[in-house]
Amino acid sequence: MNIGVLLKQVPDTESRIKINGDANGIEDGDIKWIVNPYDEFAVEQALQVKSAVGGEVVIFSLGSSRTLDAARTALAMGADRAVILDDDGFAGSDSLGVAASLAKAAQEEGIELLFAGKQAIDDDAVQVPQIVGTLLEWPVATAISSYEQDGDSVTVKREVGGGQTEVIKVTLPAVFTADKGLNSPRYASLPGIMKAKSKPVKRYTADDLGVEAGADNAKVTTDGYHMPPPRPAGRILDGELGDQVKELVKLLRQEAKVL
Amino acid sequence: MAGKFHELDMYDLNGLLTDEERMVRDSVRDFVDRDVLPTIEAHHTAGTFPTEKLKTLGELGLYGPSLKGYGCPGLSNVSYGVAMMELERGDSGFRSAASVQGSLVMYPIWQYGSEEQKNKYLPKLASGELIGCFGLTEPDHGSNPGGMITRARRTADGWLLTGAKMWITNSPIADLAIVWAKVEEDGKDAIRGFIVEASTPGYSAPEIKGKWSLRASLTGELVFEDCHLPADAMLANSPANLKGPLSCLTQARYGIAWGAIGAAQACFDSAVHYSREREQFGKPIGAFQLTQKKLAEAAVEITKAQMLAWRLGRLKDAGTMTPIQVSVAKLNNVGIACDIASVMREIHGAMGITDEYPIMRHIMNLESVKTYEGTNDIHTLAIGREVTGLNAFF
Repeated sequence: MNIGVLLKQVPDTESRIKINGDANGIEDGDIKWIVNPYDEFAVEQALQVKSAVGGEVVIFSLGSSRTLDAARTALAMGADRAVILDDDGFAGSDSLGVAASLAKAAQEEGIELLFAGKQAIDDDAVQVPQIVGTLLEWPVATAISSYEQDGDSVTVKREVGGGQTEVIKVTLPAVFTADKGLNSPRYASLPGIMKAKSKPVKRYTADDLGVEAGADNAKVTTDGYHMPPPRPAGRILDGELGDQVKELVKLLRQEAKVL
Repeated sequence: MAGKFHELDMYDLNGLLTDEERMVRDSVRDFVDRDVLPTIEAHHTAGTFPTEKLKTLGELGLYGPSLKGYGCPGLSNVSYGVAMMELERGDSGFRSAASVQGSLVMYPIWQYGSEEQKNKYLPKLASGELIGCFGLTEPDHGSNPGGMITRARRTADGWLLTGAKMWITNSPIADLAIVWAKVEEDGKDAIRGFIVEASTPGYSAPEIKGKWSLRASLTGELVFEDCHLPADAMLANSPANLKGPLSCLTQARYGIAWGAIGAAQACFDSAVHYSREREQFGKPIGAFQLTQKKLAEAAVEITKAQMLAWRLGRLKDAGTMTPIQVSVAKLNNVGIACDIASVMREIHGAMGITDEYPIMRHIMNLESVKTYEGTNDIHTLAIGREVTGLNAFF
């Protein structure tokens, strides 16, 4: 079975984000880039499916040249090869453009089953895998916490809040997005890291895929970025307890305007 | 508890690493955060080693990763170094387990073993299916290993091994031991290495209890009461003198030079966090000059240690590293790690002596690291002999 994983490279959560001079993006320089943590669960699930039913695991990633570093981590975990969508024609794509490009690439590569993280921790858009599924006309099961495959029938569980679990059955081909707890992602082993260097990496441009992507085709555009305003210092009331309560109520009503 | 680890990297060590070396560092860092740190204080307190993790170390490829062939990945020596650095950021016991298996058990077989010995043992040692230990030190012969009394005598069909070894990491659970013993050759005593399987009658490996250091690491003796060894138990190509075991120690010390940086970084990172959060006299203690002096001096020493280790690794990759260069890095890096751990403990005040913070554990561990694999005194004498040409050992 040809198993694909949609993988995104994102800034480490510990990185200090700075907005660039034009306020249309963030400064790349000091950021440590990592594999989107939810995507690690997706890679692990793909590898488990491969070891159960055979086939190969292909990593799909759209981004600049450094995206390959993230794909290499997945190759070191055991994925077989990577497909990188690295081209100016993809730059500035909105979620639809990214999804259309990834869906086309997955089709080109004969993918029969797709995994992705439930969301990317940088923009938290939670859109691309769902749109990919829609464009491929495949069912999509999001935020799954368990996965059992029997032939082309897959049973997954989803934590739907309030301690409730939803169990759904999906027929392949399909797209699944991984929640935390789906599995325990394996480490990239040292021999795996060594082998990853010689695993095949294919590149597609927007022209290769014949997709309408990039800033020119984006239906959603970003006007600008700004940092949240600095949080004002807290205030500590003093005096008699009763007076403090009165003062607090007054402040909540007049200043914070929450009462 | 400190938050997520922030590596001090003032001289862009990161930029001196290859992509592969960075991936190795990140993967082992992830392992330490997820699989070592959550339980290490409990193991340290109980004096136990999580032996199930030995298999995980093998799956990660942390045993002999810079060896080539026989199931070993053949990574650069700097990859091996950064892996040891991250492991020891977790605990010196984990790094010791990896050092012993890779440098002291696999390396001598890889370097001095016959093809049969290599094929028989190396793949299983690399995967962690077999665990080995290394017997050189004896109860009465530590810094003077040449005085060893363990002896192998030739018999009609092999060898008869008698003697005892002491302070052997992993001996209580080892499947095999690399044992260095005196052998009579041409009427004179030579020193040779032997592969001794733990199932050999007369072999025992009692655990040494009561350690206040490397508590999350198994240490034992090796006792050989007339152990009959097969004729092919001797490492086929080992030199007839101390060069054999000393070459293994050079490998292990190389890993220690990196590892000590990890222990120092763990203590430093914890102290930086603490100094920002702990307030006295209305401001964080990190805003006081005496605290900053402690942190600044530690930062400078960690930076120098990183550069020593990195340069040593590149020399090792180029095949030109000398034992004296290893002595310089082991002496310096372990020395500064001991000093930094102690001073970082001061920054934590009383909190620093509790198991809420990793500092006391590292302080206790580093006491062993300072005197094993050649005491810092012995490395000082080796460097002294190098620069003067005069022997001050004995």
